[in-house]
Amino acid sequence: MVQRWSFSLLKRRNIATGPRAQRPWSRAAHASYSLGWFCLSALLTSGGFHTGSTQVQAAQTQALVAATRDSDQVVSIADGRNAGAVRTGSSRRDHRTAGVASAPAQVEKINEYIRRSWADYNLSPSAPEADGKWARRLYLDLLGRIPSLAELQAFESSKDADKRAALVRQLLHDDEYTLDYARNWTTIWTNLLIGRTGGTGNNSLINREGMQKYLRDSFARNKPYDTMVHELLTATGTSRPGVEGFNGAVNYLVDKVNEENATLATSSVSKLFLGLQIQCTQCHTHPFNDWKQDKYWEFNAFFRQTRALRRFMSGTDDVTHVELIDQDYAGESNNPEKADLFYELRNGLVKVAYPVFIDGTAINPSGYVSDVNRRRELARLVVDSPYLDQAIVNRMWSHFFGYGFTKPIDDFGSHNQASHPELLTYLAQEFRQAKYDQKQLIEWLVLSEAYQLTSKPTPANEKDDPLLGVRPQFTRYYIRSMSAEELYESMLLVTRGRGDDSNYQSTEDEKSRWLGQFAREFGTDEGDESIDFSGTIPQVLMMFNGEIARAATRTDGGGVLGQVINDQKLDARQKIERLFEAALARKPSKKEATAFFQLMQASNNPVEGLEDLWWALLNSNEFILNH
Amino acid sequence: MFFSTPSGMSRRHFVSHLLGASALAGASLALNHSLASAAATLRANNKRCVLMWMGGGPSTIDLWDMKPGAATGGPFRPIRTSGDIEICEHLPLTARVMDRLSIVRNMSTREADHDRGRYYMQTGYVPNPSIQHPSYGSVIAHELAEYRQGLEIPPFVSIGGANEGPGFLGLSWAPFNVDSNGRIQNLTSNVDAARMQRRLASLQMIESNFISENRGIAATEHAKVLDKTLQMMTSQQLKAFNVSEEPTDMVERYGNHNFGRSCLLARRLVEANVPFVEVNLGGWDNHDNIFPTLQNERLPQLDQGLSSLVEDLTQRGLWEDTIVLWMGEFGRTPRINGGAGRDHWARCWSVVTGGGGMKGGIAVGQTNDDGTQVDGPSYSSEDLMATICQAMGISLSTTFQSTSGRPMKIANGGKVIKELFS
Repeated sequence: MVQRWSFSLLKRRNIATGPRAQRPWSRAAHASYSLGWFCLSALLTSGGFHTGSTQVQAAQTQALVAATRDSDQVVSIADGRNAGAVRTGSSRRDHRTAGVASAPAQVEKINEYIRRSWADYNLSPSAPEADGKWARRLYLDLLGRIPSLAELQAFESSKDADKRAALVRQLLHDDEYTLDYARNWTTIWTNLLIGRTGGTGNNSLINREGMQKYLRDSFARNKPYDTMVHELLTATGTSRPGVEGFNGAVNYLVDKVNEENATLATSSVSKLFLGLQIQCTQCHTHPFNDWKQDKYWEFNAFFRQTRALRRFMSGTDDVTHVELIDQDYAGESNNPEKADLFYELRNGLVKVAYPVFIDGTAINPSGYVSDVNRRRELARLVVDSPYLDQAIVNRMWSHFFGYGFTKPIDDFGSHNQASHPELLTYLAQEFRQAKYDQKQLIEWLVLSEAYQLTSKPTPANEKDDPLLGVRPQFTRYYIRSMSAEELYESMLLVTRGRGDDSNYQSTEDEKSRWLGQFAREFGTDEGDESIDFSGTIPQVLMMFNGEIARAATRTDGGGVLGQVINDQKLDARQKIERLFEAALARKPSKKEATAFFQLMQASNNPVEGLEDLWWALLNSNEFILNH
Repeated sequence: MFFSTPSGMSRRHFVSHLLGASALAGASLALNHSLASAAATLRANNKRCVLMWMGGGPSTIDLWDMKPGAATGGPFRPIRTSGDIEICEHLPLTARVMDRLSIVRNMSTREADHDRGRYYMQTGYVPNPSIQHPSYGSVIAHELAEYRQGLEIPPFVSIGGANEGPGFLGLSWAPFNVDSNGRIQNLTSNVDAARMQRRLASLQMIESNFISENRGIAATEHAKVLDKTLQMMTSQQLKAFNVSEEPTDMVERYGNHNFGRSCLLARRLVEANVPFVEVNLGGWDNHDNIFPTLQNERLPQLDQGLSSLVEDLTQRGLWEDTIVLWMGEFGRTPRINGGAGRDHWARCWSVVTGGGGMKGGIAVGQTNDDGTQVDGPSYSSEDLMATICQAMGISLSTTFQSTSGRPMKIANGGKVIKELFS
C-alpha cells in the first residue's frame, strides 16, 4: 500500500559521507521521515543532483542555508519593474492612501471608528501590505481564488495612484469577472443555506444545482440583499432546474419544513438572517439572554402553512423533484380561523402559540392562506428588522477581516457584546440606505485602511490577536487558512487557467464530490456538519500526492507550470520568478532566487527542477494561507 | 507556543529547524533526541482510551438507568448482568460484560443544545467566545506524547467522530479522521524517493521563510502538520488501519455495520498503542417514535460493538490498559412526548465507563423513582474528564497555559469520581 521511500538509506548514506558524519543520531529510524537539516545536505551530497565540484557544492549549501535563515522583507527589490510596487507599499507613505486615492465617504468613516479603537487600546497598525500580496488577498476574499499571473502583473505594473480602488471596481463591476464573483458568493451562500452536504445524499429533498442556479443568478445581477432574503423566505415552486414551475430558491427550505414541525426552518432563519440563536429555546428558556420558550414557538408558527411535496416520475415511486407550497393550516385544535400550535414546557405544562415576530408584532392568526400567507408576513418582518442589517454586515465584515464584531457572528444579544458596536450600527444603517447593494458594502470594506494592512504583527500590535482571546481590533490582516473551496478553485486556476461558463455545472459537481471526502456529520437531527480540512493531515496528503496536486504539476495542458516551462523568452531565473509570483504573488527574495537558481543549474533535468519547485510552492504555508 | 511543551518531548524535526530559524540547529536537535529517549525509559504509560460518542443524545433512561413501572419508564424491561447492575433487555451481549463496565447514573449537566452539549462534554468547559478548548482526544494525545515517542501514526484518531478539535493546543493535536474502513487517501507519492527528498528540501526553504516573518501560529502549525504527515507516510505502523485484514468471523462478531467496523478498527489502533481513538454511533436524537428506533436500530448495533470490544480487549490482555468511555451530549427527557419520543435532557443522565484499572460492574449514584432528578450528589462533565485523566495516569495538577498567560486547568479542575477507583 505504501510506497517505501529509501529516505533512511539516503540519509544514512549522507550521514556516513556528508559533512556531519560525526553527529550523534540516536533515533535514526524516526529521523528518516523528517524534513530536517539533512534534507538540505542530502540534496547536495547524495547524488540527487549533479554536483560539479566541491566548490559549487559549498556555494549551494551556503545559499540554501542563507535562504532558510532569510528573514528579510520578501518584497523583491531586485527587479526595477517592481520598484514602484514596493514604494507604494512602503510604510513611509501614509497607509491610509496606499493605492487608494478615491474612496466613498463610508470608507473614511470606517477608518475613523477603527482608528479610534486603536487609540483606545493603545495599538498601532501594521504597515500596509505590498500590492501583489494585497491583490492575492483581494482575489481570494472577493472571487474565491488567487489571481492569475497575468492579472497580477497587470495590477503590479499599473502606475495609477488609485490602483487598489480601480482593481476593486474592476473585480466587482467588469463583466469579465461576473462569473467568478457569482461563483464565489454562490459557494459561500450555498454552504450557509443548505450546508456542504445538502442535496448530495440520495434521499435528500434538496436539489443542490437548483439552489446554486438561483444564487448564481442573484449574485450575477447583484440582487439587493433584502430582495434575496425575501425570495428565499417566501419561495414556492419546484426544486429542480428544467421542471415546470422551477424556482431554485425553494431549495433553502424544502428540507426544513416537513419534519418535526419545521424546527430546522425556525432555527436556520433566525440564526442566518437575524443573527439570533433561538434554537435553545425550543425546549426551555434561554440560559443567557432574554429569549423565552414562547418566542421560539411563535416564530415557528410562521412556517406551519408550508409543505414540501415529493413529486414522482409518473407510474414509478422515483422522486423527480420537490415542490414547496403554502397550504391552509388548520391548527392543532382544528380551528383554521385561529390556527394554533401547542408546545410543552419542561414541567409538562402545555401552552399555545400563534405567529408573533421576535419584536412582538403579531399577525392575523388565521391559517387560511387566502387570509394571510404566514411566510410572506415573516419575510416582510424579517426584511424590516434592524437585526437583518446587523447580521449581514457582521457576516460580511467577518468574511473580509477574519473576525466579526461578535463571536460567533450569528449570535446577537446582551450576552454577546460587539467589539465595535457603533461601527456595526453605522454600517448596518449605511447598508440599508444603500438599498442593500452588496457590492457597495464590499467596496467600503475592502478599501478601508484596515484591509490594506499586512498580516505581519509589530511589537505595537502583537497583543491584538484574537487567538489569544482578545476582541479583534483589526490592526493587521489576520492570517487564515484558505477555505477548502478557495484552495480548490486556486488549484484549478493554476492547473487549467481561468474557467469559462461552458462546463459550469460539471465543474461544480466535481468540486462538490471532492469536498465530500472532508465533510463529517454530527449524528443529530439538526443535520449539523463540519468540514475537516484546513491544517489537517488529509489536507497535506491531498496536496502532496492527490489528484489535484498531480494535475497541477503536470506540464502539458494550460497550467501555469507548462506555460512557464515552455516560454522560450524566459531564462532560468525568470522562470523561477514567475512560479513564485503565480503561487505566492511575490518574487523570490534574493536569497531564494539564488538558491533555487543554483539548484536548477545543478539539476540534470531543469524541467524536473521547476516541477519540484512548483510542487514545493503549492505545498507551502505561504500558499495555503490567506495573508 | 500556546502550551508549555514537556521538556524533552519535542521530536518534531522539521518544526524545530524552522523555529530555530537556523538550519544549523540540527546538531543540538539530535542531542535532544537522545535525551528524549532516555526520559521515556524512566516512566512508561501505555494507557489508551476509546471514546464511544453517541451523537444526538442517547436515551439513558431506556438503557442504563431504567424506571420500570414509572410513567416515564417506557416499554423496555431491565435484565440482570454479570455485574451488580441491571440494564436494558435489548443489550443482552453487553449484559455479559457489565462486570467490567460501570454506569455513572448521576451525571447532571446544564447544556441541552446539541452544539453546546457536545462542546461541554467533549472539553469539560462551557463554550466561551474568547477561547477554544481542546477535546478529550487532543488533551490525552498531548499529555501522553512523551510516552509515545515511537508512535508514527497520529495519536488521536477519530473514526467518524464528532469532537471539538484541538482548540488552543493547536492543529498538530487535531484528530486524524478516518472512515470505519480505515482507508487513508493519497498516501502514495507519485515521484521517487530522491525526487521527493528534493521537493521537501525546497518546501522547507519556502516554509521557513514565511515562518521567519513572524506570521504566527497558522504558519508554524502548518509546518508541524507537514512533519506529522511525513512521519506517517512511510510508517509500517499504518497497517493498524488495515481493518480489511481482519478475519470474517471477527468482523461478524463486532457487527458488519459502520459502528461494528469502527469498534474493530479502534481495537487495532489501541493495539498499535494509539492513545486515543474515538468512534461514533449517531442517530440518538429521537424526538419521535423513540422505542422502535432504539430496539430495532440503535441498540442491536451498540450491543454488538460495545460488547465485542470489551471482550476482545480483555482476551488480548489490553483491558487493564484501555479505558472505554460511552457518552453523548446529554440524555433524554423522562417524559415521553406527544410524538412518542423523548426530547433533550441534561439534568440527570448516565454515562458508562470501564477498563484501565477502574472498577467494573457497579452503578455510581442514582436518580429518583421516575428519573427526573439525581438523588444525592451528582457529577459533571469536568468530573468525568478528571476521572478519565486519572485513569489514564495523567496528573490532574496539569495546567495548560494560554498565550495570554491565563492558566487552564486540565479537565477544568473537575473532581475524580472516587467510586470508580478502589
